[in-house]
Amino acid sequence: MKLVLSQEQQELRAAVRAFLAAASPLPKVRDGYDREVYARLNGELGLSGLIVPEEYGGAGAGFAELAVALEETGAALLPGPFLATVFATIALTRVPDKELLTGIAEGRVVATLAQPPADSDVTASSGSPGSSRDSGELGEAGGGVTVRGTLAQVLGGMEADVLVVPALTGDGVVMTAVDLTGPGVTRTALETLDLTRGQAQVTLDDAPARVIGPAAPGVGDRLAVALAAEQLGVLRAALDAIVAYAKIRVAFGRYIGSYQGVKHKLADMHCKLEQAESIVRFAAWAADESPDELPAAAALAQAYVGRACFEVARDHLLLYGGIGYTWEHDAHLFYKRAKADEVLLGPPRIHRARLADLLEL
Amino acid sequence: MNLDEYRRTARAWLLDNAPSGESPEGDPVARAKDFMARLYDAGYSGITWPARWGGQGLTQAEERAFAAAARDFTLPIYVFSIGLGMTGPTLVDRGTDEQRERFLRPLLRGEEIWCQLFSEPGAGSDVASLQTRAVRDGDDWIVNGQKVWTSVAHHADWGLLLARTDVEVPKHKGLTMFVVDMRHPGVTVRPLKDMTGRANFNEIFFDDVPIPDEHRVGDVNDGWSVAVTTLLHERLSISAGVGMGTGKDDPTSLAALRQVVDTADPLVRDELVELHIRSRALALFNQRLSQETKAGIFPGARGSAAKLLLAELYLFQADLATRLVGPESVVGGHPLAHAISQAPGMSLGGGTNEIMRNIIGDRVLNLPPEPRVDKTVPFKDLKVGTQG
Repeated sequence: MKLVLSQEQQELRAAVRAFLAAASPLPKVRDGYDREVYARLNGELGLSGLIVPEEYGGAGAGFAELAVALEETGAALLPGPFLATVFATIALTRVPDKELLTGIAEGRVVATLAQPPADSDVTASSGSPGSSRDSGELGEAGGGVTVRGTLAQVLGGMEADVLVVPALTGDGVVMTAVDLTGPGVTRTALETLDLTRGQAQVTLDDAPARVIGPAAPGVGDRLAVALAAEQLGVLRAALDAIVAYAKIRVAFGRYIGSYQGVKHKLADMHCKLEQAESIVRFAAWAADESPDELPAAAALAQAYVGRACFEVARDHLLLYGGIGYTWEHDAHLFYKRAKADEVLLGPPRIHRARLADLLEL
Repeated sequence: MNLDEYRRTARAWLLDNAPSGESPEGDPVARAKDFMARLYDAGYSGITWPARWGGQGLTQAEERAFAAAARDFTLPIYVFSIGLGMTGPTLVDRGTDEQRERFLRPLLRGEEIWCQLFSEPGAGSDVASLQTRAVRDGDDWIVNGQKVWTSVAHHADWGLLLARTDVEVPKHKGLTMFVVDMRHPGVTVRPLKDMTGRANFNEIFFDDVPIPDEHRVGDVNDGWSVAVTTLLHERLSISAGVGMGTGKDDPTSLAALRQVVDTADPLVRDELVELHIRSRALALFNQRLSQETKAGIFPGARGSAAKLLLAELYLFQADLATRLVGPESVVGGHPLAHAISQAPGMSLGGGTNEIMRNIIGDRVLNLPPEPRVDKTVPFKDLKVGTQG
């Protein structure tokens, strides 16, 4: 098990951190998705192709590297569909699909992945748009079908070009890819708690789709690990921010960080950071090297890191005092991202229930 | 010899020499002395200590490799833990050559047992406010006062004693470190029963006990810097993995609890999941710290976070276990009754949770220190202990 970053991984971290500090600083995140920043993120740093296999034009890196990158995009509260495309990439590498993976690696394609539980609502039919919905006959992988269904919440649904969506057919669930700019697709932007990252309702009404293969197992675990890495970054950035403030803000003639009422809370938050980082490194290692340990590691990652991230973001906001409750201050951006992330893959109890099952309790 | 070889050789030696019996017979101190002597002969005593004083002159890497090999064994050397982990290394760093010659080899060979005498009833977290006096009298110092929480003192031949030698200066500047003969008349060792009902440590009374000046460690009134050396070694020896139980026989562990509670009950399941999450989170953090250490990144004050989390886990775990098991857990000498009594200990010994949080805040997060009123006042004018 490897819990410490290698030299190369530390260099990757430094490069992504430096890039985001310059290209996407906190004062800019409320402006939302910036295609220019993404073009450079994917072009100069190759982040979109980080875990895309080399044969499809990617860097062929593992989850250990992906976690390093996501920690930084999380810490920067990078707006836009970065995590959405990562989620789709994780699903596509499991199939895998050359066309989309190549497009993602080149930074041409912004993709997203339909999240459970909505996926079971989508059905796929063969034939041209408008033909019978009940037909269970499907062409070969790569063949054209149409899909129907409504996805209540799609991460990055307005920004993405392609939706990767599991669809129910007569032969079980298959992975399909839908052109979100094509016919039969209606997208409605949702008002999201997290100001930095959008979601959309997507209605598929006999939308043309391409079958990319059978639904592969293990995608959900890998999404959980990727999300935990982002949460680690959000947690760390929130803690760093309030620690810095506690060193400059004075009350009753003293820096507030000198009061044990503040200092001890920050110490407890630091303890959560140390454990969260250890769990993320372990889960990323398991995703790369130890598939047997991955399910429990992934459930642990969401059960612990998701909660720790929200608690630290909450306490960091509270420790700012009244200023942290204002719209202009950044504290609520971390707080809201942390909450949105905590429930992104479903109500958090599902991770705890999964852990109970995996422990054979 | 590379590290893996070193570890394999150590393991092979331990397989042949470490005691295996569950409840061995005879005097445990005699057994400990015998085992230490064999450890010394085999070259596993004082691994990082200079060869000149009886050590092996190797590095932390070999020390940790041996600790890793020893993890599967229960070594009967508890009575030597203070000497090996704290007082011995302090003499290596700060003692005179005469003191090193006299004391180190007998410790490494298991001939003499050591204890450490810092804390007092009026000076716990704030140990520098201690009141035990050492007054110069010719070639001797005469000691009067009381120490407390002293592990293995009832077996000890020697003690490392921190005493006040000047009350006219601020508290950190009037302390001196000594080696005291624990068998000398005037030294009274009383077992101190803790809340579990067992006597795991002692209180010590000094009544006009003379100490020759050649048993002074470091300069007069420079005892605080020597004490800091000792405490640093304490943390190192804890972080080297000494004393971490495997949880196999722990009645509060998930493995034990799942045998005795109804795991079909969703409320019970969620509590057990919480226990798993917290134990795993801390275990992974400890593993990360040890991997970092191997890679040359020393954890320093971050070890205090691990200690704080362990203390909180102990409390949580024993509390949870008794709540899950119910009424039977608190009667008839149930193991959980002992566990819940023992649970607060980890939050108090080796620095309270509040002190750990101060350390994390001050030295890991570099937060501003708390204003101090005790740094410039002469000790005789300072409020100490319990007042009013």
